[in-house]
Amino acid sequence: MTIKYLSTGNEACGEGAVRAGCRFYAGYPITPQNELTAYMSRRMEEEGGVFIQAESELAAINMVLGASAAGSRVFTSSSSPGVSLKQEGISYMAGCELPAVIANVMRGGPGLGNIDAAQGDYFQATKGGGHGDYRLLVLAPASVQEMFDFTYEAFSLADKYRNPVMILADGMIGQMMEPLEFKENIKPAGIIDKPWAMTGAKARKAQSIKSLVLGEGLLEKHNEHLQGKYALMGKKEVKTELYNTEGAEVMLVAYGLASRVARSCIDSLRKNGVKVGLVRPITLWPFPYKELSNFAKKGVKFLVVEMSAGQMLEDVRLTVQDDEKVSFLGHTGGGIPTEEEITLKIEQIRKR
Amino acid sequence: MTAKKTKLKIDNERCKGCMLCIHACPKGILEASAKVNKRGLKYVVVKHPDECTSCALCAIMCPDCAIEILRKK
Amino acid sequence: MSKLFAKPKSMKDAATHYCPGCGHGLIHRLICEVIDEMDIREEVIAIAPVGCAVLAYDYWDFDTMEAPHGRTPAVATGVKRVLPDRLVFTYQGDGDLAAIGTAEIIHAGNRGENISVIFVNNGVYGMTGGQMAPTTLLGQRTATSQFTRRAEKEGFPLKIMEMMAILPAVVYLERTSVHSPKEIMKTKRAIRKSFDMQLNKKGFSMVEVLSPCPTYWGLDPIKSMKRIEEEVIKEYPLGVIKENR
Repeated sequence: MTIKYLSTGNEACGEGAVRAGCRFYAGYPITPQNELTAYMSRRMEEEGGVFIQAESELAAINMVLGASAAGSRVFTSSSSPGVSLKQEGISYMAGCELPAVIANVMRGGPGLGNIDAAQGDYFQATKGGGHGDYRLLVLAPASVQEMFDFTYEAFSLADKYRNPVMILADGMIGQMMEPLEFKENIKPAGIIDKPWAMTGAKARKAQSIKSLVLGEGLLEKHNEHLQGKYALMGKKEVKTELYNTEGAEVMLVAYGLASRVARSCIDSLRKNGVKVGLVRPITLWPFPYKELSNFAKKGVKFLVVEMSAGQMLEDVRLTVQDDEKVSFLGHTGGGIPTEEEITLKIEQIRKR
Repeated sequence: MTAKKTKLKIDNERCKGCMLCIHACPKGILEASAKVNKRGLKYVVVKHPDECTSCALCAIMCPDCAIEILRKK
Repeated sequence: MSKLFAKPKSMKDAATHYCPGCGHGLIHRLICEVIDEMDIREEVIAIAPVGCAVLAYDYWDFDTMEAPHGRTPAVATGVKRVLPDRLVFTYQGDGDLAAIGTAEIIHAGNRGENISVIFVNNGVYGMTGGQMAPTTLLGQRTATSQFTRRAEKEGFPLKIMEMMAILPAVVYLERTSVHSPKEIMKTKRAIRKSFDMQLNKKGFSMVEVLSPCPTYWGLDPIKSMKRIEEEVIKEYPLGVIKENR
């Protein structure tokens, strides 16, 4: 039996968490993800879980840290300025090797910005934004269905790698409504034992969860261990969608909302015989360096389309290693690239 | 409980020479040693063990669990 | 020979890094004595602060975890809500609780989280080199109040306990000290009371313990204890500030 209904992306994300066995959510209101916090306030109670509207996003990530340490599947969400507040906690969780899922429904920035959809937090998600040598596994949904699917999967990934996982969406994907479908009897996946959890020293030695590692050479060893995990993620967890890439001369590279516009654009252009395709990263970290590199070797030209000043652009340039072949189309402050703009840009690129 | 029945034991290496026990002892039977331990701190020794009444005020006052009061069999 | 007085079982057999005469060693021991007497070692989850006691997990033989500076009550909230039948306590200094963590302690108290908070107030930031704390007394010289603490520029010593007393969900607040064996025993009783209340699901309770910092007070350990008795208590009076029966 399948359940199907019209849902906002935010609520689909919440339901994905519930179905994955999440039973602890702490969050703070911030537009454009308020539907998610409100949804969790109802669903956690219905499922016998814990919902806390924390005093700040900072307090929320720390409640999640504690609940994760106690062995629960845990979740917090926010939007760009609130996610900035969470960076300390995220770094600590990476250092302590605590699993969690963090959803960022991006809005325009920097600072207070606006409440429109944006993709300005790519750097924050993939290159930081907390301190230290750590990485987050970052998943970028492009539809309401993917908000459910990716969030559901994120909990298994977080537990598997003992690391925080981020769902990087934007205000439009969060607030738009589309059909959502999932199996009625879907069960949490990837449940594993957590012998490291803080449960009280019963029938075992006392243990601790910490990221402070003093002593000659010990922190380096710990970091080598963390880097080993990230290398494994890089090997096993890269997910990309290749859309109409067969024989493409120009390759669009876009994720999330921007990829939907790119997709429409490609559909129209292909009808007119223009050989254009889309490489859509599903994991922003680990980044699909290999896929892009393979296309670069074939002499493909790239057009990176983002709702930012050019953040994923840098990773594409790093991969392609030939700036003549990489172009960019972007909008900041909540602007969304249009099909017309992208089409025009593709024409310019083809003419070169 | 007289001193004949108990023994006051101070761990020289655990003692940090804070002297709080000397100050707390109502009988004045503790004093700083002339020697230092491995940390370079003047540890406390029991000057008059026979006069100890096992009040345990020294052990209660010690921040380092350096003092034990043992019951002799 | 049997032992009339010895290191509690819940305390690891490790030499601490605390300065001679520091109150942390005392308060650590009292907590462990209470845990031994209540026989709850296997149920305890402790949240350590950032501050001199950051290495508490090296001294306590029960599950102990780290929290980012000040976030300790939020972390404890997460643990206790997931495992409500465990004994969850936070151990925080005056920076952790009264400066960076003011929002977290007030809201944990306001929500009535069923945890115990041990607040070690020594009026200075020890770990980082003796800077002014919110609880530093007027006229006290520190690394960041080099002209002494003046009300016009640095404000007054903060009374978190008195502020928390108005919160209806906070059920027990007591301020104690460690400057004499008598006060040390009172501190132990207060910690025991807080832990008992938690296991009886009474709600949020906190024990503030006036503690010495000989190094950054510039006094020897005996004079430091004297300072608590003669000066600190004037600003931070001892006793039960709130108790819901």
